[in-house]
Amino acid sequence: MIVALSIFLITVGSIAFHFWSPWWWTEVASNWGNMDDTIILTFWITGIVFVAICFFVAYCVWKFSYKKERRAEYKPEDKKLESRLTWATAIGVAALLAPGLVVWNQYVTVPENAYKVEVFAYQWGWKYRLPGDDNILGKTDIKYITDDNPFGLILEDPNGKDDLLVDAQELHLLKDRPVKFELRTIDVLHNFYVPQFRGKMDMVPGIVTFYWLTPTRTGDFEVLCAEYCGSGHYAMRGRVIVDEEQDYKKWEAKQITFEKMLAENQKNDNLQLVKKDK
Amino acid sequence: MSDEYEHKLEAKSDYATEASSVSTPDIDAVPDAELPDQELYHSHSWWTTYVFSQDAKYIGIQYALTAVGTGLLGLVLSWLMRIQLAFPGLGWLDPAAYYQFVTMHGMIMVVYLLTALFLGGFGNLLIPLMCGARDMAFPYVNMLSYWAFVVAVLVLLASFFVPGGPTGAGWTLYPPQAITAGTPGYNGGIILMLISLILFVAGFTMGGLNYIITVLQLRARGMTLMRLPLTIWGIFTATVLAMFAFPALLVGCLMMTLDSLLGTSFFMPAMVSLGEKLTHEGGSPILFQHLFWFFGHPEVYIVALPAFGIVSDLLSVHSRKTIFGYRMMVWAIVGIGALSFFVWAHHMYVSGMNPWFGFFFATTTLIIAVPTAIKVYNWILTLWRGNIQLSLPMLFSLGFIVTFLNGGLTGLFLGNVTVDVPLSDTYFVVAHFHMVMGIAPILVIFGAIYHWYPLITGRFMNETLGKIHFWITFIGSYAIYFPMHYQGFVGVPRRYFEIYDSPYIDTSTLLLNKFITIAVLIVGAAQLLFLYNLITSARLGKKAEKNPWKANSLEWQTPQMPPEHGNWGKELPKVYRWPYDFSVPGAKEDYIPQNQPPSEIIGAKVEKT
Repeated sequence: MIVALSIFLITVGSIAFHFWSPWWWTEVASNWGNMDDTIILTFWITGIVFVAICFFVAYCVWKFSYKKERRAEYKPEDKKLESRLTWATAIGVAALLAPGLVVWNQYVTVPENAYKVEVFAYQWGWKYRLPGDDNILGKTDIKYITDDNPFGLILEDPNGKDDLLVDAQELHLLKDRPVKFELRTIDVLHNFYVPQFRGKMDMVPGIVTFYWLTPTRTGDFEVLCAEYCGSGHYAMRGRVIVDEEQDYKKWEAKQITFEKMLAENQKNDNLQLVKKDK
Repeated sequence: MSDEYEHKLEAKSDYATEASSVSTPDIDAVPDAELPDQELYHSHSWWTTYVFSQDAKYIGIQYALTAVGTGLLGLVLSWLMRIQLAFPGLGWLDPAAYYQFVTMHGMIMVVYLLTALFLGGFGNLLIPLMCGARDMAFPYVNMLSYWAFVVAVLVLLASFFVPGGPTGAGWTLYPPQAITAGTPGYNGGIILMLISLILFVAGFTMGGLNYIITVLQLRARGMTLMRLPLTIWGIFTATVLAMFAFPALLVGCLMMTLDSLLGTSFFMPAMVSLGEKLTHEGGSPILFQHLFWFFGHPEVYIVALPAFGIVSDLLSVHSRKTIFGYRMMVWAIVGIGALSFFVWAHHMYVSGMNPWFGFFFATTTLIIAVPTAIKVYNWILTLWRGNIQLSLPMLFSLGFIVTFLNGGLTGLFLGNVTVDVPLSDTYFVVAHFHMVMGIAPILVIFGAIYHWYPLITGRFMNETLGKIHFWITFIGSYAIYFPMHYQGFVGVPRRYFEIYDSPYIDTSTLLLNKFITIAVLIVGAAQLLFLYNLITSARLGKKAEKNPWKANSLEWQTPQMPPEHGNWGKELPKVYRWPYDFSVPGAKEDYIPQNQPPSEIIGAKVEKT
């Protein structure tokens, strides 16, 4: 009796917790609200199965508890019932999978007009690179990384000259403009994750990975590293700010191009040389 | 050495005469034995009986005790981690120690506790007994398997004492971080971890060959494959999986050892580590992840399938009812085993592998839900119209059903590639896998220990202590992991030493963390009660008569209980039926042991098996 009641109460308690606990996802800030929808769908289907099976177990434990004089039913198989249950499960699973694959297809298909932003991860922080006026990110190679060329841009590639380098832990994005994150790391694995955006992808040294999204509301969001990357993993955080056009333009204007940075470095180097000569 | 074989049991002549004997009635006919009786090693001294034992029963207990001892360390590590998470203000741990404990906890629990306990422990104890054999096929190799495991554990523990401490790379040991500065234990601890795993795989292969060959070759006369208890089906299939899966881990470990010690670049691309350019070039970190998960996903089933098998038998015996849909259950075990090699990359949806793989692996992963669901249905249909005894093994089996159901259903979230994107690397994942491959199999282990304890010691474990242990463990672990899923929805990332000033995480989430930690401490402490019961009952427990649960499978039908060396006395058992003939209409008792000849149960309306 106590056992049956406990299983019953655990089930009811789980449902109550689901609907009334204060812990739920953050308000979505990107176009990936349909990921939330697939989760809700999954909740309904799996939730019904969970409740049905738990209640069934509780009922059995209550109804068929041991009595010395009684014998259990002798029925090793029931082909019809087994095949019905198998098909019902298969249909339920298909109902979960199909919408999931549709959304995944959207996730891996980047719209052509997406604005490209390089997210550059290192132990333990973030930098960003924007494509500049030509809308093309210049090519990079890890062997060109120096103090003067922190992103390792290939100097011969003309597309890199106007790239905007954001050497700060803060990135601004324009609301309602699709953006493709080109994810790059120079050391270990990382993962660029903003809980409100829902999207996620590991960054792997040696290759450039990606995902895309459209920010749908303005705000100030925290960036977290979501792939364990060493002792500083938990502190590898940054900020993403989604702006309306006016604020975004203001921020963009403050960023410097690669060409300008090279020139400034040159100037500083010359100054230092002059100082040394003296 | 040669004199040890003089003691072989002389059953060869026995079976020859019996096969030709006409006195046995026809209905009791059993096929002839195809192999002569096994030659057994007989120990001569205390050392060869209790330490370097070649008797599978002793080896099983040795494996189990070593695994549980290591698991206790894993338990203590989880306490330390949880205290840090709930009370960061205490300054209990530094980040390096926290990550080292996370790593060691994970690896110990998955490999050195669960795998060793289910296959090395229950496999050794139950395979020869349930199949009706005298011992494993190769007892000497079996002994080596255990001692290789001991050395592997010692090497693992040694890593706590090398400079830099044990590895803090996470139990998945992903390169490049596993072997580059910035990760705790990146030069000493990780090497010992890799060596320990290599030793474990070598030792396990010796044991695994034994389990497979024993099941295939040494079954008693009449014990067809479709009359094997599901426990044996689970352990057997899991061992086959392990034989295919562990080599992937082995080569991964070897290659990473070379990368670290000799500077090769299997997994290491060109990189700038903490401002310093490394000499590696051209390797692929994702290759390691493929190797790791090609092992790692079947590993989930290496733990789960024996649990599935054992719980099926516990449910059947303690509800005095035939397991429902035996043949479906066998095919589900085999099907899950086969499919488990085609789903590994669902751990890698957001790893940076080609995202188009997501379609394939999401589909295969959700397909595997079908045979798994069949198993759940058949367990609960076994309860239906049963005669359910709420003994300790039954309580733990019921706990398993609820826990496994919960963990299995959240697997449908994570396996469905789109849903995985927001949830991966959050506490949802931590909650899911602890529920499904932590708590659920451990509840089965407890049920199995309470069930087979009389077979090992001749005594029952204390029922009152067992019930207290059950309720705290079952309710407590549900209270730990059920709410933890919701932290994952909030977006709390896993493997964070502390997070608590994040703007999107409110204080109630931190409060929940404290609640979970307190539950962890209580549930952990309840396990000490279990250990106390385990130790004292060997002396003080209520004496058990032979076959105390009135079960049908062969391990309870030995001439002596606990079974002696060689298990079966002079004559090997003959098997006439499957182990699930419970409550057969027309039979005198509500159970018919597998070795009871049909001539003794005339009148029972038993289906042919």
